[in-house]
Amino acid sequence: MDKKLEPILHALQEKFGGTLEEFRDEAHVFVKAEHIVEALTFLRDKHDFELLSAMTAVDYWPQAQLPFGESPRFHLVYQLTSLAHNLSVQLRVQVSGSRPEVPTASGVYAVANWREREAWDMFGIRFTGHPDLRRILMPLDTEGHPLRKDFPLGYEEPQFTFNFDEIQLRKPFAQD
Amino acid sequence: MTELQEVSFDDIKHLVSERAISGENMLLNMGPQHPSTHGVLRLLLELDGETVVNCIPDIGYLHTGIEKNMEAKTYQKAEVMSDRLDYMNTTGNNLAYVMAVEKLVDLDVPERAQAIRVIIVELQRIASHLIFLAATGLDLAAQSIFLYCFREREMILDILELCSGQRMMTTYLRPGGLWRDVPPEFDGAVRDFLKIFPKRVDEYEALLTKNPIFVDRMAGIGILTREDALTYGVTGPILRASGVDWDLRKARPYSGYEQYDFDVPVLTKGDSYARYLVRIEEFRQSVRIIQQAMDKLPGGPVRSENRKFVPPPRSEIGVSMEALIHHFKLWTEGFPAPKASIYSAVESPRGELGVFLEGDGGPKPYRIHWRTPSFENLGVLPVLAKGHFVADLVAIIGSIDIVLGDIDR
Repeated sequence: MDKKLEPILHALQEKFGGTLEEFRDEAHVFVKAEHIVEALTFLRDKHDFELLSAMTAVDYWPQAQLPFGESPRFHLVYQLTSLAHNLSVQLRVQVSGSRPEVPTASGVYAVANWREREAWDMFGIRFTGHPDLRRILMPLDTEGHPLRKDFPLGYEEPQFTFNFDEIQLRKPFAQD
Repeated sequence: MTELQEVSFDDIKHLVSERAISGENMLLNMGPQHPSTHGVLRLLLELDGETVVNCIPDIGYLHTGIEKNMEAKTYQKAEVMSDRLDYMNTTGNNLAYVMAVEKLVDLDVPERAQAIRVIIVELQRIASHLIFLAATGLDLAAQSIFLYCFREREMILDILELCSGQRMMTTYLRPGGLWRDVPPEFDGAVRDFLKIFPKRVDEYEALLTKNPIFVDRMAGIGILTREDALTYGVTGPILRASGVDWDLRKARPYSGYEQYDFDVPVLTKGDSYARYLVRIEEFRQSVRIIQQAMDKLPGGPVRSENRKFVPPPRSEIGVSMEALIHHFKLWTEGFPAPKASIYSAVESPRGELGVFLEGDGGPKPYRIHWRTPSFENLGVLPVLAKGHFVADLVAIIGSIDIVLGDIDR
């Protein structure tokens, strides 16, 4: 890991009580959902992380179904880049599966507007205070959120001569 | 079946001005079937006469669920889907993917494979910029440039076909190296291209750079400031045309880019014309990189010897029991990756192409996210379009060089 990153990580841990994970020279800092906007603002203004390179989510269903009701089913991932210092840091936020809500970061980085719409569309994570939280990629009449692990991938059963009729009967067709 | 929902006016009321609600300003659909939207992009425009007041992009028409599909395939088999993202930069997508896998499982790549990767990817960068030039020229009614650009692009596609048997969806780059070594004809084909191409770039410039019609349509149109570019996450030639010197090939060299001597063109104006000039200069720099890579192309193997991740050559299978086992295991089960996540990015012709890859200890990606540059680059379009004529919007869309497959994934 880059030496220049260490003071920034210390500051993040002190200010926001973040826990640090490291893997292959990458630093991942876990912060609480209520601190995320503050943490992003802090990194942008104090440490020149001008670019929110990527933002996405990961669904840990069903492993994350802990005995507690508020299990952190999702992780939100914020990948930040500092052009001035050539550094990268990743912030992660744990989001509960029963009430997936996180404050919006679109006030800090304008790009978060579309990225959060995508996370809402694909994972059903709500961003409070978002100016325009609509579906972005899926059609408006989609039911569910496709990148959740409990959303089936869906496939068509191959039909052969010996089982053609049997499958034909249970095959889903578009209704009019 | 539920009724097909369309965007209703109430859904987008908060995005348009009062004058559109009262009916004074016109709301107009541009696309999805519009030749100059470079794919199936739909723009909802609020117009005051000819002037764009608000522009609301509506995307997702090419959404094919590539991220979800990749989660259901092993690491090797998921790679073929990466070609289909940005179909103008197929080998570049391969590079982003294989580098992410190599970083996740910690796999080494032989030097020869790295050098060939650079050559292939830089050729693809030229091909992609040629499409930009061709399509933008065509949108602005410069039809001959379209044909010239496609003529040169054909030479590059022929080289890709020579190496991989495919013109576009090559999947030539594989985790741990390449599918196979380049054929003997490769050297001659690339050198022929390098001999011809710099002169052709001068020809394009002679056609367009000082052409008064072209300059009128591009200069001062769609100005993007440095601050807007950064907050909207714009990368690539667009960011460099707005005065930010940021190129991942220089800033975080990968695949041996640190050995090659090249410049990163940076302009400060931030208008469509500057974006055009940056890409023209990138043609020349890519030629320089390919020339150097060809001249010092090292010998040796093009695939890693690590049999836990890279299948053995066909010739070994007949004589070695171990090779047969590895072959069988790798093609039926795949290789496991650790339970961890990484983010790795390359500089695609459109900007930072990043892959967020998370493994779960098994042979399939648990989560893969593509940070595709066109998504961010299109996100800034409402800012660029404001206050311009509809006709200028066509030039702006051309100059941000989006690929809808890259946006919708």
